[in-house]
Amino acid sequence: MFQVIRSPRQYDVCIIGSGAGGGMAAKVLTEGGLNCALLEAGPEVHPEKDFKMLMWPYEAPHRGAGVGGRARENFGEFLAPNGAWHIEGEPYTSAPGSDFQWFRSRIVGGRTNHWGRIALRFAPVDFKSKTRDGLGDDWPITYEDLAPYYDKVESYIGVFGTKENVPSAPDGVFLPPPKPRCTELMVKKACDKLGITCIPSRLAILTKSVNGRLPCHYCGQCGRGCITASNFSSSQVLIPPAMKTGKLTMITGAMVREILVDKEAKATGVSYIDKATRSEKRINARAVVVAASACESARLLLNSTSSVFPTGLANSSDTVGKYLTDSVGSSGTGYFPQLEKMPSHNHDGVGGMHMYMPWWKFDRKNDFPRGYHIEFGGGRELPGVGMFNGMNRDEEGYGLSLKQRARKHYGCHIGFAGRGEMIPNPDTYCEIDPDVVDQWGIPVLRFHFKWSDYELLQAKDMQETFRSIVETMGGEYKTKTSIHGDLPFGIEPGGKIIHEVGTARMGADPKTSVLNGFCQAHDVKNLFVTDGAPLVSNPDKNPTLTIMALSWRASEYLLDEARKGNL
Amino acid sequence: MPNESISRRDILRTLAVGVTGSVLQVIPAEAAEYVHQIVHKEKAASPAGTYTPKYFSASQYAMLVALCDMIIPKDAKCGGAVEAGAPEFIDLLTSENEKFQLRLGGGLFWLDGYSTDHYGKVFLECTPEQKKEVLDLIAFRKNAKQDPSLSQGVSFFAFLRNMTCDGYYTSKIGITDLGYIGNTSLREFPGCPPLPE
Repeated sequence: MFQVIRSPRQYDVCIIGSGAGGGMAAKVLTEGGLNCALLEAGPEVHPEKDFKMLMWPYEAPHRGAGVGGRARENFGEFLAPNGAWHIEGEPYTSAPGSDFQWFRSRIVGGRTNHWGRIALRFAPVDFKSKTRDGLGDDWPITYEDLAPYYDKVESYIGVFGTKENVPSAPDGVFLPPPKPRCTELMVKKACDKLGITCIPSRLAILTKSVNGRLPCHYCGQCGRGCITASNFSSSQVLIPPAMKTGKLTMITGAMVREILVDKEAKATGVSYIDKATRSEKRINARAVVVAASACESARLLLNSTSSVFPTGLANSSDTVGKYLTDSVGSSGTGYFPQLEKMPSHNHDGVGGMHMYMPWWKFDRKNDFPRGYHIEFGGGRELPGVGMFNGMNRDEEGYGLSLKQRARKHYGCHIGFAGRGEMIPNPDTYCEIDPDVVDQWGIPVLRFHFKWSDYELLQAKDMQETFRSIVETMGGEYKTKTSIHGDLPFGIEPGGKIIHEVGTARMGADPKTSVLNGFCQAHDVKNLFVTDGAPLVSNPDKNPTLTIMALSWRASEYLLDEARKGNL
Repeated sequence: MPNESISRRDILRTLAVGVTGSVLQVIPAEAAEYVHQIVHKEKAASPAGTYTPKYFSASQYAMLVALCDMIIPKDAKCGGAVEAGAPEFIDLLTSENEKFQLRLGGGLFWLDGYSTDHYGKVFLECTPEQKKEVLDLIAFRKNAKQDPSLSQGVSFFAFLRNMTCDGYYTSKIGITDLGYIGNTSLREFPGCPPLPE
């Protein structure tokens, strides 16, 4: 019993999604004078009420495990809302033989409410993938094209770091970094011996006040969301200035079904389901910016079929949904007896690593193409559910001996995680599942995913590196992996690192790409995609900073085209 | 010190984001600290009183309490799993999860069955020595390898041990026991104290 409600109002731009890409478009476009409607599938977020900053585990009846212990699947109940691997009524499927995991966050700000805040620039060489080693494709833009926007984004959101002149990890506009934790000093010492570059990390967390936002208070809980907006989230840093212009209309609980087009192949608006009333509504706009997250955006384009675009909107190249990649992820843990004697002290710091290892083997021949960086953490962290599962598995027992052992083991582990570049392959893509719809009747995605030997060899190298660092430090490497099984060398299933990108890639050739270098659809001049979908490659740098730089650049281009009357 | 005369509503309004855009205004650090304290105090308030199990029967719950107490007992330094509320935590989660109900409910049945077979009485009526004898068996995987009839008990105990640790080490007692310092608001992160040799 859907009711279709048509609004006579016409917006300049309709933006779909309020995360990193959509939030940035909303800020730049409204500040540029355009009237924008911002559609978000989830509810509003209220940080002072929704964020569990500084809450002790014992202040929650479920102690962080969530109802029935089920929140452990989604990084615990203290995580900022509403991220989940599975959303009731909104399924996705994996093709036989594929296991793809899709983390979605339906709320204003999307995944930026809880993300890791790791803000790394892609390097000049990352834009020339094919020229470099014959694999994948070059980008239609260069590092020099994007660098001014990296500068702007970093200056606006606030990123700490240090100038290091590492070719694989370009320097940016940085706030001072926090002091290293004890565990980080130990790792750095071992890395120096091994010739592994270990430098202050680059996170979107304020060590000084920026635009009136307070500096970090070092509670170590960025993933819970920050009531003082001392770290970056779209909901707290991009949406408020857009609102302030008076030109943004935000519509929450809006699940977009379809982008509408006319016979001249121009987008005219979108059709969406108002979840609260279960009615179908329409927004008319002179331009549409899609930023629903890479796979959700591909789904929307593929579901927007018409006589002009029978295989999906802006899909004359048949590449929407293709070239899907995630980061290569493999992790391991070391136990360090010297930490048993570490005196109690506040080890929290910012909500993330203070140091990391950028890709350091770019100057030699490796067994695999491209590279990875290493993140690490551990030590005397806030205790939480599952903290002693490993100890119990290894040493078993019970009673006073268990209690003594926990006192000794606490704070003595350091975990390492590699994040590497996957090469797009023809067996990895998403498409519409012809047999399954969600609760709104919208056809869902079916994922195909396959790691190649390139990625497996990278995971192998990660494991060997973790072991050498741990052993150089005098620790015991606890993780056991092998070439056998579903996940060789501990490689995570596709999607698990939550860096899925590439599903509407940009390119110089309209036959092999969806967008041009300004994130504008080749086929539809007034349609832009500004999330992870445009990325041509997925270097070992977390994509969020690049998504924001691309979105800022695309939005300025859109403003310019609007001024010229080209939309 | 934070100014107590600033009302929580005033500060939350200043901190609030969304439609107001007020996050871009400067707010005094004292106000932010004050909010941290208030939020902390509000969240710390928890109801007291005796506990009525949500899932387990009275006798099962008594077994759960006895087992938690043996897994992490109190000692000279601090309380144990029972004082830390681990049985309530386990009961709550179990009431919400059918898999936990089968695993823990089934495990308690197994334990009573084993005690009756070997000592002629249910677990709770066994002597402390007998209880210890059973736990010494089911607390180690190697015993199930030698005697496969123990495997269900070993699997149950491993699960309960993890849940007991979860309950204990997320409690105020358990967190203090580990010597964790933090979850607070600092102006500067002090870095690493001198490392011990």
